[in-house]
Amino acid sequence: MLRIQGLTATVDGKEILKGIDLEVPTGEVHAIMGPNGSGKSTLSYVLAGRDGYEVTGGTATFNGVDLLGKQPEERAAMGVFLAFQYPVELPGVGNANFLRTALNAVRRGRGESELDAMQFLKLARARMKELSMPEDMLKRGVNVGFSGGEKKRNEVLQMALLAPKLAILDETDSGLDIDALKVAADGVNALRGPEFSALVITHYQRLLNYIVPDRVHVLMAGRIQRSGGKELALELEASGYGAPQAA
Amino acid sequence: MSQVVHTGAEGFLHRYEGLKDRLPGARLPWLAALRARAAESFRAQGFPTRRVEAWHYTDLRPVTQASFDEALTAVEDDLVLPAAHTANRVVFVDGRLRSDLSSWPTMATVASQIGRIEGRVALPDEPMAALNTMLFEDGMLLNIPAGTDAGVLEILSIASESVRPTAFHLRHIVRLHEGARLTVLEVNQGPDGTRYLHNPVWQVEVGEGATFTHARLQQEGALAFQLGSIYATVAAGGTYDNFTLNAGGRLVRNEIHATLTGTGAACHMNGAQLLGGGQHADTTTFLDHAAPGCASRQTYKTVLTGKSRGVFQGKILVRQAAQQTDGYQMNQALLLSPDAEMDSKPQLEIYADDVKCSHGATVGELDADQLFYLRARGIDEATARSMLVRAFLQEAVEGIADEALRGALEAAVEGWWERQA
Repeated sequence: MLRIQGLTATVDGKEILKGIDLEVPTGEVHAIMGPNGSGKSTLSYVLAGRDGYEVTGGTATFNGVDLLGKQPEERAAMGVFLAFQYPVELPGVGNANFLRTALNAVRRGRGESELDAMQFLKLARARMKELSMPEDMLKRGVNVGFSGGEKKRNEVLQMALLAPKLAILDETDSGLDIDALKVAADGVNALRGPEFSALVITHYQRLLNYIVPDRVHVLMAGRIQRSGGKELALELEASGYGAPQAA
Repeated sequence: MSQVVHTGAEGFLHRYEGLKDRLPGARLPWLAALRARAAESFRAQGFPTRRVEAWHYTDLRPVTQASFDEALTAVEDDLVLPAAHTANRVVFVDGRLRSDLSSWPTMATVASQIGRIEGRVALPDEPMAALNTMLFEDGMLLNIPAGTDAGVLEILSIASESVRPTAFHLRHIVRLHEGARLTVLEVNQGPDGTRYLHNPVWQVEVGEGATFTHARLQQEGALAFQLGSIYATVAAGGTYDNFTLNAGGRLVRNEIHATLTGTGAACHMNGAQLLGGGQHADTTTFLDHAAPGCASRQTYKTVLTGKSRGVFQGKILVRQAAQQTDGYQMNQALLLSPDAEMDSKPQLEIYADDVKCSHGATVGELDADQLFYLRARGIDEATARSMLVRAFLQEAVEGIADEALRGALEAAVEGWWERQA
């Protein structure tokens, strides 16, 4: 279970998260919705451990283990996966080399054996086929020259290979057409199970038609303002986020 | 008994005066006259100071303040040679050919006999070339006949251990006749504990439609000075491909002059400089487009750690006759330490009106977004940094078609990175 209590964080000295309380029980998928600037991406970066996002108070634990004191790679080894809103291009780093290095690093962290090149290729090709990705994407530089949709697919491929316990999807739907959206949703849904949790961060309700959440939370002005079932997403779509409630 | 210690230009001139009757070819009037002219030129210019524009970023005082001896010829030495990268290898120890350790392809003419280079030794204007001409003892003469593919040849220069600083000045002369092909892997090494000056000069003449691939692995010892120069001309349809890896040495200058003299000639100069500690490495290129329809490509990458300092100066001259020139120059540096420094000076001088010429220079640190992306995927920071540094160098290395060459260069990059970590 992901448990966040009283989490406050600043970026460039400005307080963005003002006391987040949130629990995502194991096996559940929760959505976080909110207007631009509400702190959604900050929350995802804080959970993944990005430099420059300073935690000033509160706690975040995953299955009882403190997340916030750990390096990003340690969090990944614990099973935390952040699907980036803007996947980063890595010219000169081959996608296959990147995926295999990441997979073996995470496998080492879990105490599993590393995959050799042949084992890896077999696995990667199978996953790519499921995601309708052309095989030459393995040979190209990571995300270099990829379209927006291809970059998001590459994120989903990484998620499928690393098989995380907690996926944080940061606006994975932004810039995606409906087909790519379905592929991304299928990737998440394929991982759903009693051991898998996800935090789906989105501005729009659309993605939640395909990844149906167990709970929906509204993040505004650095706090969770409302929580409800999946129907809350539809209500927000119809009536907007409204003004943040006073603390 | 006291002994006068000569340093700087005076030291080398003093040595020339003492040695000139004993230098190889001393009895050949043409060579004696050439050396005398070189000595005159070197005496007039001396070692360049930073007041000379071309040397503004490289301070030679560590060289000029030292006093160098001639390397002793060891008869029974316990020299340990690095593994050869190719079937044929020519070995020079302290600037002298060791034919007992060398083999070369029959189709190439290899001569250390000085008499065979009559009429082939040029005297460029630069002081380092004059110093070389004044004192060179040995080198390769590679004369590849028309239409011949001479394959791959490794040329190893190695310095031996010495208590006193030593200096040597290899002079290589390469001529490819029409349609000939040759690949040279030049490896320069020496012991870390010996201070020495290696001052090689290459004269390269690429004939019509000929291709010379020249890969250089500069791994001189940690205290070494290497001040090298290449003078190349490329005739119509010919190609000169140069790749230089600058990884060793304390103070290094890699100077390349290439002139494209015939229509459709091409020159590619790529390189990587891997610097750490207090190293200083300077790559200075001068590309002279003197004929129409020629293409030149330059990609240089420098990675700096510690207090190292890198320099790139690149000038492209497009003469009026050189219409339809296609020139490209990119020079990028990655600073991995706050104390490292990179100086870049690209220059375009264009007199033709129908040309395509571009250049760019960047100096930066490792990208924080890229680093975080890798770490968020479980890759530890050291591995992530190493992946990004190798990716940065990739563009400069990937143009090398020959696998043995690329393998040797990649292994050198790998070795350097492991030493930094």
